[in-house]
Amino acid sequence: MEETNKMQEPNKQEEQTSTQKIGIYLWIWGLLFVLSFFSYMVDWYQFQGMLRWSLILFFMFLKAGLIMAFFMHLFWERYALVNVLLWPMTAIACFIFLMNAEFQYTLFSRFFYFVVGGA
Amino acid sequence: MSEQKIDGFELKPGFKGMASDTGSDQTMFKGVHWGKAMMWIFLLSDTFVFSCFLISYMKGRGSTIVDWPNTSEVFSLHVGGVPVPLLLIAIMTFVLITSSGTMALAVKYGYEKNRKMCGWLILATAVGGLTFVGMQVFEWSKLIHEGVRPWGNPFGAAQFGSFFFMITGFHGFHVSIGVIFLFIYTYKVFAGHYDSKKRGWFTKMKGDYVEIEILGLYWHFVDLVWVFIFAFFYLW
Repeated sequence: MEETNKMQEPNKQEEQTSTQKIGIYLWIWGLLFVLSFFSYMVDWYQFQGMLRWSLILFFMFLKAGLIMAFFMHLFWERYALVNVLLWPMTAIACFIFLMNAEFQYTLFSRFFYFVVGGA
Repeated sequence: MSEQKIDGFELKPGFKGMASDTGSDQTMFKGVHWGKAMMWIFLLSDTFVFSCFLISYMKGRGSTIVDWPNTSEVFSLHVGGVPVPLLLIAIMTFVLITSSGTMALAVKYGYEKNRKMCGWLILATAVGGLTFVGMQVFEWSKLIHEGVRPWGNPFGAAQFGSFFFMITGFHGFHVSIGVIFLFIYTYKVFAGHYDSKKRGWFTKMKGDYVEIEILGLYWHFVDLVWVFIFAFFYLW
């Protein structure tokens, strides 16, 4: 009994899966093209400093979000899956924070000992 | 995808739903095929691998006292004698996004049981991926010809080469594996394995168009990683 239930599960799911309208995919597709074009323009016009970095990050996160939400269907998934996938990203953010402090220290000690001279 | 229903179990929306799904003493991911859940878990672990690469790149680039090579000059192509910055990389980005779009549509047509459209779109995705890998081979051979090595290069900080080959190499490896599977699935879709529910060679599960979505998740992830590599390695 349990065996047959398991076998039928994929079929059951299939009948209930309602696909999204094609328009939403085309919209996201177009948006990704436009955003990629903009991020290329950041380099083309040689923006520098904070403007460059903030624009790069803005377009990057927007593109990544669109791909995950709509192309990878996370927007329509249940929270149980979405949260399992997104919370671990905080660990990566912590790691970035730590390594950011680390490289500044390494850079500092390199400059320091190149000037002062090693023992 | 949307509006899942499971007999004898009330699916609540939002965080309440998350709590009841997780504590339901059954399968946790309601209405999600086990293959899809496993692909997501794999992609999560892969995210960590790529994050470690990019974070080590951040650390290496941040702590070197030698100037980092100017990527928009290193990766420029000469068109009619004029150097165009990042031209090849921009084309690669557009090719990968195009293939991501065709994949998304292939998943949609797969669920609608439109065998022909699904097959052609997966084939288009595979061709896009192959083009991407081809351009990456061109880029690598050009840089190797110009003297970029994992231990040094003529443009600046010595760490540039090792990070470049490691990060784009690992990404290109993912794309290559994806292309192989895209061709296999093109054959499987056109041969009607998902309509006849023919069992697969890998897991022996009955053929089902959900496999196209699982393949699509992998392919979109490859595109997703490229978004980060493009931003941090090429543009930064």
